[in-house]
Amino acid sequence: MNKDSRKWFIIFVAPALFAFIVVVLIPVIMGIIYSFTSWNGIEDKANWIGLSNYIEIIKDDKTFFSSFLFTAKFAIVSVITINVMGFVLALLVTRGLKISNGLRGIFFLPNLIGGLILGFIWQFIFTKGFDFIGAALGIDFLRGWLADPTTGFWGLVILMSWQMSGYMMVIYISGLQNIPDDIIEAAKIDGASDGQILRRIIIPLVSPAFTIGIFLTLSNSFKLYDQNLSLTAGGPYNSTEMIAMNIYNSAFKYNEFGIAQAKAVIFLIIIAAITLTQMYYSKKREVEM
Amino acid sequence: MKKKNKICTAIVSIILAILFISPFYLVLVNSFKTQKGIFSDVIGLPGESFTLNNYVEAFKHLDFIKSFTNSLLITVFSVVIIIIFTSMAAWMLVRTKSKVSIFIFLMFSASMLIPFQAVMLPLVAMAGKIHLLNPVGLVFMYLGFGTSLSVILYHGFIKSIPKEIEEAAAIDGCNKFQTFWIIVFPLLKPTTVTVSILNSMWIWNDFLLPQLVINRPEWQTIPLKMFYFFGEYSKRWNLALAGLVIAMIPIVVFYLAMQKYIIKGIVQGSVK
Repeated sequence: MNKDSRKWFIIFVAPALFAFIVVVLIPVIMGIIYSFTSWNGIEDKANWIGLSNYIEIIKDDKTFFSSFLFTAKFAIVSVITINVMGFVLALLVTRGLKISNGLRGIFFLPNLIGGLILGFIWQFIFTKGFDFIGAALGIDFLRGWLADPTTGFWGLVILMSWQMSGYMMVIYISGLQNIPDDIIEAAKIDGASDGQILRRIIIPLVSPAFTIGIFLTLSNSFKLYDQNLSLTAGGPYNSTEMIAMNIYNSAFKYNEFGIAQAKAVIFLIIIAAITLTQMYYSKKREVEM
Repeated sequence: MKKKNKICTAIVSIILAILFISPFYLVLVNSFKTQKGIFSDVIGLPGESFTLNNYVEAFKHLDFIKSFTNSLLITVFSVVIIIIFTSMAAWMLVRTKSKVSIFIFLMFSASMLIPFQAVMLPLVAMAGKIHLLNPVGLVFMYLGFGTSLSVILYHGFIKSIPKEIEEAAAIDGCNKFQTFWIIVFPLLKPTTVTVSILNSMWIWNDFLLPQLVINRPEWQTIPLKMFYFFGEYSKRWNLALAGLVIAMIPIVVFYLAMQKYIIKGIVQGSVK
């Protein structure tokens, strides 16, 4: 690289790179270092205590493990519900109905509104709306939602399925539109039923979109915070507290910054591992198809 | 048979659409009722208990004009600097074939794996020391967090643009800066639309970062105001619901105006 082009390279790349380094790179590195110290969040001096924070999280801090289990359970269930619903919605709105465009607009709408507001909306529906219908029709199942861990769990699943399935629908629509019409026509002429066309042609050809959809919902479910805060705030008794909220509470509720940071590093490893494994397997599956 | 199928599809779709819309319906109708009215009937239209008072009070408590302006300024400034700096960086990274350029791009891509919680605590501690716990600091942080995805999106698009036009511009005496802004940047418009929509939606709705970074009431954005407002009035659903409706109006208006671009942007953003 000559001197002139090096100058231009720096002028063009430096601003974005500088912001990235200050906001992401340095904090990540500092965070990993802090996780081995007794950092209290305020003072600079933090004593090196080796793996103590990690040992304490594994041995003494049951809240982190239970929030991890809750998050994992939530992620598995919601990845399935969101993607199945998203795919079904995509099939429904690509049938050439006159109302398709309007339907797409409606299904997609919840996705645009911030998680915090959506959580408050559903808090009203579960605690007031469900309760009212339950009382009027004498259905006990609808009463007292969000007051126990089970309804808190399913409340979060319903909220996230409602919010994210429109998003997945949009991704699956673009996958469906990439399927050439003549393949489906040919299958029809050969006498394939609708079910066969779906299973043997559509689903295999949409599989790259499934990769994207599952990847996005899985990492979004693991990182969930806003909806968790506004729907249940982790209650009752931290039973619906997810990992992101557990980290936040360690730091800002209990002032254990070193512990919180060690949890954040574990969280980072979990997210990176899930994402990388999933990408690897999905790629492999696509090649084998 | 075919017609029957179509009717079935339509019926199922319409039922689902009603289910999807019903949460909004419930929030909207109850926001016009008194506290008592909500208590006696959650499903029906307001009727006798109809009131606009909830909106007057919620508007005041949310300090809506102020918080709307804050949200708007923070979103617009962040998105504009993200577009300027990431398009420049991406163009240079594509057009420079060197190890440094590949390394920087890989670093941006790899950082997509980092969850916010992993950087949150050190970032806020550091920002406190260098006096960045204010709206300017927040905008700078959005540039830092927004860089990866936006650079990746621009990078993918720029690779498909032929180099010849730029070389012609260089021969005509344009320097790199002129070449980029006069020749290249207008060609990037489809990606610029995608980048601005994805970033505006994220920044407008973001809650945790502003909560940690801007702590003064006069700087609060809509999600922050909504959070504290809800905490205060969560027992008074009539006010809380009116507040939710007010907070949703700007997004719904934006969606109705930009629906086509928003959906296109979402697809492109997710495919990368």
